[in-house]
Amino acid sequence: MDALLSLLEENALATPEVLAAQLKTTPDEIKKQIKQLEKDRVILAYKAIVDDEKAKRTNVKAVIEVRVTPEREGGFDKLANRVAQYREVHSCFLMSGGFDLLVFIEGKTLQEVAGFVSEKLSTLPGVLSTATHFNLKTYKQQGVLPHKVEPEERLQVSP
Amino acid sequence: MHLPITPLSSTSPKDYVADHVRAIPRSGIRDFFEIVQSMKGVISLGIGEPDFVTPWHIREAAIYALERGKTGYTSNLGSLNLREEISRYVASDYKLQYDPATEILVAVGVSEALDLALRAVCNPGDEVLYHEPCYVSYSPSIALAHGVAVALGTEEKDEFKLRPDVLRAAITPKSKVLLLNFPCNPTGGVMTAGELAEIAEICIEHNLLVITDEIYSELSYGNGHTSIASLPGMRERTIFLHGFSKAFAMTGFRIGYACAPAPLIDAMMRIHQYGILCAPIVSQEAALEALRHGRADMEEMREQYRLRRNFLVHAFRNMGLPCFEPRGAFYLFPSIKSTGMSSHDFAFGLLKAEQVAVVPGTAFGPSGEGHVRCSYATGMSQLEIAVERIARFAARK
Repeated sequence: MDALLSLLEENALATPEVLAAQLKTTPDEIKKQIKQLEKDRVILAYKAIVDDEKAKRTNVKAVIEVRVTPEREGGFDKLANRVAQYREVHSCFLMSGGFDLLVFIEGKTLQEVAGFVSEKLSTLPGVLSTATHFNLKTYKQQGVLPHKVEPEERLQVSP
Repeated sequence: MHLPITPLSSTSPKDYVADHVRAIPRSGIRDFFEIVQSMKGVISLGIGEPDFVTPWHIREAAIYALERGKTGYTSNLGSLNLREEISRYVASDYKLQYDPATEILVAVGVSEALDLALRAVCNPGDEVLYHEPCYVSYSPSIALAHGVAVALGTEEKDEFKLRPDVLRAAITPKSKVLLLNFPCNPTGGVMTAGELAEIAEICIEHNLLVITDEIYSELSYGNGHTSIASLPGMRERTIFLHGFSKAFAMTGFRIGYACAPAPLIDAMMRIHQYGILCAPIVSQEAALEALRHGRADMEEMREQYRLRRNFLVHAFRNMGLPCFEPRGAFYLFPSIKSTGMSSHDFAFGLLKAEQVAVVPGTAFGPSGEGHVRCSYATGMSQLEIAVERIARFAARK
């Protein structure tokens, strides 16, 4: 199961036939395992990783550090779950250190992101403060470099 | 007045070339390379080096070495730091104990280490036995060391292992060295501890020196790897050769090493110190980083190779081209006999018809006839396309 997950994380478009050959099993067995992983929500989704610069997108991305007051019952979970529900929020993590939640958001314009922070996020009961950092440039995302580093000019045939 | 100088006889520059050098045949792989190079859109399974770039932390260590001004010579044997690290590595991974002060020599790749070893031990006419199909340089390297190359055939039915009876039958009073390379380029064959023990017994009986090229040893996909040097009675008669090119994807750094009893290393050092002086210091610094912090990268690359091997074996068997499952290195050596073509015709035909390069088995010695070498040091997406094309070609015949 772990090997299959690793291969799908590497390339979610790998066909059951290729995966089966790599893992020495049958395509049907692979399909069955993938179905089960999806059903158990071990695999949550399949997405493309896009180079926004190349796609000429002008989206605004930001990371927000949020300090909150944990609730008597439910700790951080209740508020964190509320934050995570927003469409603008791409990822949301509980962190150790000087703040509590780290929230990754994306919007079409600076105003949209600013509006979300000032009107929605900071006004939630329990949110003490926020610090917003805007992305300036992407050098690597989700383990992928924008420019593939390949061995330069390998000899086409070598001993 | 100057007298005109007239040559006594007309000499071509070729005539200056030494006989034993002239006798070396052109590499079969070289001819094939020239043709592939001239073509467009070729997917090459003919490449004998990793498709991975050297892991970043190793490259960074090389850059840092330059920044610190590490640009000079090192000790002839290689920097002591590196030799100590090599000593620890071969102790933990190969169960071999070598003294970094006198029993380890850092060389410019295993290629140089092999050349040193052969030149250090061969008297003219000494026979060097090696199993075939094998790496292209063995026979020429032996000839350049004035040894006599004696090929021992290995076969697919034995998974290209060296058979004890084949070795025994080839031994003469002139036999001095047995050269081993497991996991094997080009076959992917390996030998277990038990099988090596039978070979070791013969070597001891006939007082043979073993030179073992274990450059692919980390890329073993079965139950680990055993070095013949670690077997009882073998350490004193073995030169263990290893390097960084395959396991750490560092081919261009040109860095390898030899481990052997002090008198043998000393003999090799006599040649190395005058011919090379020392391996490049930047490469030595990179190698140090590879040994200290490269294990996770190496294991990840090995897993990738293993998965690709599974894919490729499955694909060839589906095409009706039988191949045994290689247990090491990154080569598949399928039989193409069922197509009725020779290795040469298959490889050139495939290249012309489908623009896929595989290396004719005969490039690795006459016993490679009937096979081609397919390297899986190429990404999965390329392998998938290559396999489709090869299947189309094989079906046509």
